[in-house]
Amino acid sequence: MSVVVEVMPKPEILDPQGQAVLRALHRLGFTQVAGVRQGKRFELEVDGEIDEEALARIEEAASTLLANPVIEDHTVHVGATVHDETA
Amino acid sequence: MRVGIVTFPGSLDDRDAARAVRFAGAEPVAVWHGDDDLGGVDAVVLPGGFSYGDYLRCGAIARFAPVMRTLVERAREGMPVLGICNGFQILCEAHLLPGALIRNDVQTFVCRDQALTVENASTAWTSDYRLGQQVVVPLKSGEGGYVAPQATLDALEGEGRVVVRYAGSNPNGSLRDIAGITSENGRVVGLMPHPEHAIDALTGPGTDGLGFFSSVLASVVSA
Repeated sequence: MSVVVEVMPKPEILDPQGQAVLRALHRLGFTQVAGVRQGKRFELEVDGEIDEEALARIEEAASTLLANPVIEDHTVHVGATVHDETA
Repeated sequence: MRVGIVTFPGSLDDRDAARAVRFAGAEPVAVWHGDDDLGGVDAVVLPGGFSYGDYLRCGAIARFAPVMRTLVERAREGMPVLGICNGFQILCEAHLLPGALIRNDVQTFVCRDQALTVENASTAWTSDYRLGQQVVVPLKSGEGGYVAPQATLDALEGEGRVVVRYAGSNPNGSLRDIAGITSENGRVVGLMPHPEHAIDALTGPGTDGLGFFSSVLASVVSA
């Protein structure tokens, strides 16, 4: 099973990458896009049952390493990988 | 006096940091990131570079290197630690210093000789400077924007923990022009600019950076 951790810069934190992507989109004519925030998505393959305890451990991993709580928010949810979803 | 210089995979400025330590009159000691101990050094420099290729976030993986466990313990006991550039990022990730470094607001890597104002001349690494002294050292970083919650910034300012501030124009969007900060006890200092590149007029813009490395000599003798 997969657990997905998504990480986004906090709303009040400047996101220069998102701004650069937005400018490039506008240059390409995608002018209806009004804003871009760029984050990260981690797909964790987990052995065994994904119960509350397992999710709590992954939450701990997310806040310890995958995200920096000073500048980023994150969510943890059980989910399929991108390739599963598009298969 | 022996000053450890930690080399991580991807560290770049460990040689220059060692040279700066030697110029200041101390003995540089190479420390490997995979070591469990610091070899009995009196102080440590975390040098600049791109540890672990800046994967995940700058400093995020280096912060969990084996040597960091001992380093964090010793730092909390009062051992002086200087984090330069990537070393500053590692110290923030390790929670030895508050806040974080994000991508420059100008969206480009910035490489220039940078004027700084010394705002705390009593830390372990800045006691050889005068309060308000202006120094010029190289700045070279892509993710040098210092950010922290408002309350943290106010606390840093209130407690005199802003060590150096960018003078003139702000190069990277750092909040309140902060270029470097210190821990509550003034023993741990992190800054984005590179004092180790300004210790010899032959190889840098001057010798303004040498004071960081000479200061720590006095701090350990007096400790």
